[in-house]
Amino acid sequence: MSIAAKQQEVLDELALFQDWQERYEYVISLGKRLAEMDDSLKTEDRLIKGCQSQVWLEANVDGDTIHYQADSDSVITKGMIALFIRVLDGEPIDDILTADLSFIDKTGLKEHLAPTRANALNLMATQIKQRALEFSKR
Amino acid sequence: MPFDPETLRHEFPILATEVNGRPLVYLDNAATTHNPRRVIDASSHYYEALNSNIHRGTHHLARAATEAHEKARETVAAHLNAASPDEVIFTAGTTDGVNLVANCLTPSLAEGDEILISTLEHHSNIVPWQMLAERTGATLKVIPCHDDGTLDQAAFSELISTRTKVLALTWVSNAFGTVSPVVEMTQSAKAVGAQVLIDAAQAVPHMSIDVQALGADFLVFSGHKIYAPTGIGILWGRREALESLPPWRGGGEMIKEVSFEKTTYNDLPFKFEAGTPNIEGGIALAAAIDFVNELGMDDIRAHEDALIREAAERLSAIDGIHLYGPDDRAGALSFKLEGVHHYDLGTLIDQMGVAVRTGHHCCQPLMARFGITGTTRASFAAYNTHADVEALATAVSKAAMMLR
Repeated sequence: MSIAAKQQEVLDELALFQDWQERYEYVISLGKRLAEMDDSLKTEDRLIKGCQSQVWLEANVDGDTIHYQADSDSVITKGMIALFIRVLDGEPIDDILTADLSFIDKTGLKEHLAPTRANALNLMATQIKQRALEFSKR
Repeated sequence: MPFDPETLRHEFPILATEVNGRPLVYLDNAATTHNPRRVIDASSHYYEALNSNIHRGTHHLARAATEAHEKARETVAAHLNAASPDEVIFTAGTTDGVNLVANCLTPSLAEGDEILISTLEHHSNIVPWQMLAERTGATLKVIPCHDDGTLDQAAFSELISTRTKVLALTWVSNAFGTVSPVVEMTQSAKAVGAQVLIDAAQAVPHMSIDVQALGADFLVFSGHKIYAPTGIGILWGRREALESLPPWRGGGEMIKEVSFEKTTYNDLPFKFEAGTPNIEGGIALAAAIDFVNELGMDDIRAHEDALIREAAERLSAIDGIHLYGPDDRAGALSFKLEGVHHYDLGTLIDQMGVAVRTGHHCCQPLMARFGITGTTRASFAAYNTHADVEALATAVSKAAMMLR
């Protein structure tokens, strides 16, 4: 499935939820289900700077594709980053670099977030692409 | 007779706000309080009827604005029981006041001198002193606190010495609501000849202040913590203490005579008020002070204390909750839910219309002392009610169920 198709799938799923409470419960459940990152990977260089909660992002290249892993001490943040990972994990570097990550704006989650938190989502998207860019240059 | 918070709420237009279709429950008063109608009216009235630059104008409006501005200074002086309105300096807020004093003390400090602060300080009462220490070679020392968030008085007795040149202390902790024994601590500091600055940002909204009984040299606070607008604050200083300081900011108002060869400086309070001040803010602050005095500071405190005790009791019933600070808190109640990030809790209860603050509350060293990155803080004002406490407890319980 293409990145765009996976994004649409996420949007369709979130559209099933009626109100903020249901949407948050869903995001929280995603956060709880996302595989925990090994503590040894939770290092300073994997921290995404500028978020109010701690978010660690790890990326590994596998041939032409990238595998992402992430963790956070905030379960809501973890659920949000799980959405990105679900859409981008295992995708080719070039596709990740050109992907339109603004789908998160259409989830209806952002409007319930404090500006600092919405900004953290943008930082995550930027960092995810940044890692892909680093691999593409090697 | 104690005031009725339900009636009082009608004086605050912003409290009619709805969040997600629910009435706003505002429990972020330690960050900023709301303005009652009469304070908003005082601000508007200034621009509608008085707006003019003060002190130098000879025309009608300039005289009226000057009179209102100086009358506001008198109101603040009377509220603090200052010896004279000349001891009251208008600033932009608490941070501005601390920076003013810390900068002006530069020539008074040298290597080997010590500046004493406490673990409970807000960043605004830490960083200006660190900067002063860097400029002068003085050392910054910190009074530790106990697990209940009160200051370790035995350690304070050890730390204070003739090397101590400055004691800068918060009266009420913005993070935990701890009320420190500032009168006794000031006495100890004065006994060794130190200058004492009290950060009263979180004290002024909850208790009467008598600067003469306090015995400190300087006291600072912000208008927006006491039902007035942002951008206005007060530095009170004992006359001799203020006179011993050099001027800080140069400009208009603070001078007597200027020539390119030499400038002579104005007397107190104008020596520290360079440039056109926040005239409207000062007038609105005076209206806010009249407002709290009409309600009665003791009645406000008693009402808030009852709410905080009730909130502590209600929250304690939630599984895995930890409350910070001693039992006799003023204004603020900080807590943490085991296994829940404070940011997640704040996000969810915001959706339920409950406004609290989450994070380090500009007290990172204090958070580090307790080995945490932050807490959730509910903070109270005169207009809060039992219904607000109920809404807080319900929202936190619900969020706990969603998050765990």
